[in-house]
Amino acid sequence: MTQADIDGPDATAPGLTRRQVYEARIRRRSMIVAATSTAAVMLALFLLIPLAPGWEGVKKSFFNADVFSKTFPGLIEAFLLDVAIFAWSAPLIFLLGLLIALCRDARSPALYPLRLFGILYTDIFRGVPVILVIYLIGFGIPGLGLPRPWNSPYIWGTVALVLTYAAYVAEVLRSGIESIHDSQRAAAASLGLGHGDTMRFVILPQAIRRVVPANMNLFIALQKDVALLSFIGPVEIFRQAGVYKSLLANFTPYVGAALIFLAVTVPATRYADYLMTKQARARS
Amino acid sequence: MKLTMTSTVAFMLSTGVAMAGGHCAAGKTLNDDVLTVATGNPAYYPWVMDDAPEAKAGFEAAVAYAVANRMGFEDGQVVWVRSSFDQAIQPGAKNFDFNLQQFSITEEREEIVDFSLPYYSAAMAVVTRQPVVERGAEASLASLKGLLWGAHASTTAVPMLAAIVQPDADPLLYGDNADVVEAMKANQIDAALMDLPTALFTAGVLLDDGVVLGQFPPDRSDNPDQFGLLMEEGNPLKECVDAALAELTEDGTLAAIEAEWLAEATGVPVIE
Amino acid sequence: MAKLDLQGVTKRFGDNVVCRAIDLTIGDGEMVCLIGASGSGKSTLLRCMNLLEPIDDGVILLDGSDIAEPGLDPQPVRQRIGIVFQSFNLFPHMTAVENVMLAPRRVHNRSREALLPEVTELFMRFGLADRMAHYPDQLSGGQQQRVAIVRALAMKPEIMLFDEITSALDPELVGEVLDVLRALREAGMTMVLATHEMGFARELADKVCFLDDGVILEEGPPEQLFTAPKKERTRSFLSRVL
Repeated sequence: MTQADIDGPDATAPGLTRRQVYEARIRRRSMIVAATSTAAVMLALFLLIPLAPGWEGVKKSFFNADVFSKTFPGLIEAFLLDVAIFAWSAPLIFLLGLLIALCRDARSPALYPLRLFGILYTDIFRGVPVILVIYLIGFGIPGLGLPRPWNSPYIWGTVALVLTYAAYVAEVLRSGIESIHDSQRAAAASLGLGHGDTMRFVILPQAIRRVVPANMNLFIALQKDVALLSFIGPVEIFRQAGVYKSLLANFTPYVGAALIFLAVTVPATRYADYLMTKQARARS
Repeated sequence: MKLTMTSTVAFMLSTGVAMAGGHCAAGKTLNDDVLTVATGNPAYYPWVMDDAPEAKAGFEAAVAYAVANRMGFEDGQVVWVRSSFDQAIQPGAKNFDFNLQQFSITEEREEIVDFSLPYYSAAMAVVTRQPVVERGAEASLASLKGLLWGAHASTTAVPMLAAIVQPDADPLLYGDNADVVEAMKANQIDAALMDLPTALFTAGVLLDDGVVLGQFPPDRSDNPDQFGLLMEEGNPLKECVDAALAELTEDGTLAAIEAEWLAEATGVPVIE
Repeated sequence: MAKLDLQGVTKRFGDNVVCRAIDLTIGDGEMVCLIGASGSGKSTLLRCMNLLEPIDDGVILLDGSDIAEPGLDPQPVRQRIGIVFQSFNLFPHMTAVENVMLAPRRVHNRSREALLPEVTELFMRFGLADRMAHYPDQLSGGQQQRVAIVRALAMKPEIMLFDEITSALDPELVGEVLDVLRALREAGMTMVLATHEMGFARELADKVCFLDDGVILEEGPPEQLFTAPKKERTRSFLSRVL
């Protein structure tokens, strides 16, 4: 009885079991089916959509190459403002979120007011749409009569964004902190470490690392919500696209803006997915 | 006397029916014997009074009914709908025969929609607040350059700021005039650019200490701001609308309507 | 004076009384082993000794003073009593040496440079010199447990508590950990162990206590308890495990 007897007449390469051969054949077949059907669907879309009655009009309004090339540089420039708003908001959101999470984690009875504050804070700021907060704070607080430059929409719009997103980040961090097994706290306490040191050196480093994928999702959402600051004045990409739309009576600038956003958010999303898979694999 | 009255009424009625039936606009409207007119939501003073265009009060409301009458529609045959700017310039079929809400006629817009002949030449005016004037702002380009500007993002005020005023600091832009006013109240912007009648209303009513600093006359540049009635591209009604407007302009009716509703548009200094 | 003296120590979890009025004395330099079935209260008793769990009734005298008084700050006490857990509880995001140095640095305010020679010596003594820069997930169970012991020892405690520290280990790794305990015993450390390793207890303990349903049913020197248990339940327990 040789290996060939076991493998059967189908074994084509030395060392390949008949199961491997079978699986390779199935894989090849499914690839061909997938490729053919995808190509067929794409071809159908390609041929049939232009036949729709309104297509020329839609193409002119949404996919106008001339308008696209005219407006793209301006959109990129306006996008830099979005990037800037994100860059200065993200660290502030993380810090405030961490503070609120620690407030909610306060365990001693004496610190109950802090805990209550944390609960109220997260309830309120997760319960109101971001755009409402931006209007209320972006217009409302400067409206109280602050002198320039302290009444700038950039400042108060950022404050609104930070307050809102910190609530979400706080909840994510809190879940991370609570997911750290009590035995870690027991070990730290047994060594004589105080609550502050335990948090700082034992719990938080583990908790923060654990919730990085969840936080990444929040920050990807933030990348898009910075556009909401346009409602109180700053001319970032969404507003700039709107200006072009009004000037040129064409919606292609919005398509351009969407593409620019995707260029940034898609890599970020892929990276977040990668982190999540890595973590799931390490955990198991 | 009574006979004359009745016969006059009878004559008018019959002419009216005959006009609607045999006039230019027959068969060219969305719904037969009905003229569907659109305007903004809400529609502001002095273009429409109290957001009620059916009352025929307000400059644009009056113009709409004047055009409708000239085309042979009775007042009762005019139906109003509301639309936003975006809805008006979408490609595809419209739910109105024409739309008027201070649309400026531009070449680029002409490619997507059709405009009638102009019914108003819009002067652009600068709205600001008393404290800004006290700080030294005046009706000269040099002074205006140094101010912090705001504007309604969808309007032609935006390119005008860029082309003519060329402010030192980038303007802040807003989704509607209400937000522009809020920003001015919060002292986030010094001044805003908008058409003269809206500017007068804003400075007089919406702001406590508002001032119309000056105006840029409509013929200031080679592309004056003129409002036109907006229609679906290729709408056959355009020739009837244009004919009506031409008549109204020639016989002075349009000027009379403007004098009635936009009378305050005088006495505002011109910016050098 | 006894090193650690428990008098009438009672611990409840809700309605469940886990330790009932336990009296236990541990002399200086003694090794006391707690044996008994799971649920008998061994772990809980240990965790009460270093104040990880607050007791509901009774006193715990460390060198004569009551450390269990309500309202007393437990932190200074915890530095004097070290504990090692069944599941090691090393900090996974730190290397072995960082695990060991954390508490002395933060609690005793000592610098890394000052600590390093001592810590290195401890690692070497217990055969872990080449594992100092490793992370816990890169160590075997036996190595992790030994690092956990070193971590507790680095605080220079006066008493060491061991909560079934070999129960989670593969049999072939138990020996290396027991060797560490042996070395500690020889060095004169006061030790209290909850354990299933009867042979070990018999070999090294000064006193063995059999816990049953929250009380110390029987206690005595190992030769006496293992060969001639007085109580019936002690006998039946031993017959099952020996």
